[in-house]
Amino acid sequence: MDLQGYGWMLWAGLEVTVMVAVSAMAVAVCLGLIGSWAKLSKSTSARTAARIYTTVIRGIPELLLILVVYYGTPTLIQSVAEGLGFEIVLDLNPFATGVITIGFIYGAFATEVFRGAFLAIDPGQIEAASAVGMSRQQMTRRIILPQMWRFALPGLGNVWMVLVKATALVSVIQLDELMRMSFVAMSATKLPFTFFLCATFLYLGITIMSQVLQHYLEAWTNRGLKPAKV
Amino acid sequence: MLSGLVLTIELTVLSILCGTLLAIPLAVLRVSTLPVFWMPVYGYTFFFRGTPLLVQIFLIYYGSGQFRGVLQDLGLWALFREPYFCAVLTLALNTAAYIVEILRGGIQAVPTGQIEAGLACGMSRSRLYQRVIFPQAFRFALPAFSNEVIFLFQSTSLVSIITLLDLTGVARIIAARTLDVYEIYLTACLLYLGITYTIVGAFRFFEVRLSGHLRGSSGGSEAHDKQAIVLRG
Repeated sequence: MDLQGYGWMLWAGLEVTVMVAVSAMAVAVCLGLIGSWAKLSKSTSARTAARIYTTVIRGIPELLLILVVYYGTPTLIQSVAEGLGFEIVLDLNPFATGVITIGFIYGAFATEVFRGAFLAIDPGQIEAASAVGMSRQQMTRRIILPQMWRFALPGLGNVWMVLVKATALVSVIQLDELMRMSFVAMSATKLPFTFFLCATFLYLGITIMSQVLQHYLEAWTNRGLKPAKV
Repeated sequence: MLSGLVLTIELTVLSILCGTLLAIPLAVLRVSTLPVFWMPVYGYTFFFRGTPLLVQIFLIYYGSGQFRGVLQDLGLWALFREPYFCAVLTLALNTAAYIVEILRGGIQAVPTGQIEAGLACGMSRSRLYQRVIFPQAFRFALPAFSNEVIFLFQSTSLVSIITLLDLTGVARIIAARTLDVYEIYLTACLLYLGITYTIVGAFRFFEVRLSGHLRGSSGGSEAHDKQAIVLRG
């Protein structure tokens, strides 16, 4: 395929896409851990807050949320500041906005994954841990977290796959990731099909590589466990 | 705002309808044991599920321009020039790929004994599908299907990028003109939220109706009651 010397742009875009995806995933995992802790906590207000978070986020399209955060937040902050008699000009960085918004959205999905993983831990082990006199912190660190990852991994892999695809949306806020780079290259060369097809294959490449990686990670976290005999 | 809402709903219904009609025969091919049948369908679903919807929309809407001559010769250019047609085509192809996999799960969940019993009674393949497999497969697939409808409904917001004035598109234009950015966007958010949970409620009602005979001690639709929307992928 003749890319007329624009191939490097796709490559640069791919790097940004991977960077956005990895950073957003880190945000999502952190929010997911906090969210699942809140959902399972004894405090009613924490549970309500977590419930509102997951309900609202899953009911609104990602694109609209990105637009709200990128265009809505500065205006909101500016008008609040104006009301208080300040004058500030706020310009959000597209990379940070993209990472935070996507991380925030998929944090809601990660919350559900982690909640399921916490609940999958054998309650007998938690009882045993408190019986031998472990503090809550020790229990979390030694019993809950190490096992939780094993239960959470398949679900997190799923979140990652969808998250990678969602990064294409941050191209609407002018971040130079794979989609926008292909768009720019296409405008210059007038070869839309060629460039978008290349972008498609690059996304497919990420998907395939993630699947392979997930397979090995799952095998690694399940080491030492007897596979079920069917 | 209202006209945008109408377009959003119109796109959702049309794409789900076309997508489902396309997915049913493909799902039958997908569960075939012959590689000639299932391999191409698997390739199709892998492609559409493994890439972002936005790329697919661009590939069809902008990409068709590269084959303008060919399409003009075929008389199809008038269709591909329209963002509306491209949007429905992409959304339908995309959702069909997900529905194929959902239906495959449903078909494979039908107990083998029933299929064997059907064959033993001398049913033909098509009669077996019509009387034994599909009625149950659709019921098994319904929770996942409702999820897919919600995801498609939300995905329609992407058509605003190819100039269509759906709910998101209208919100963007009004926000740009009036500068009441967050009020407009929040209104759009509330509308999406309201419709999403209306769809969730409608499907739940439908599921309870369909699984009436399963209720009781075993609790047919309890498992997915807890999570209204789970991730598709």
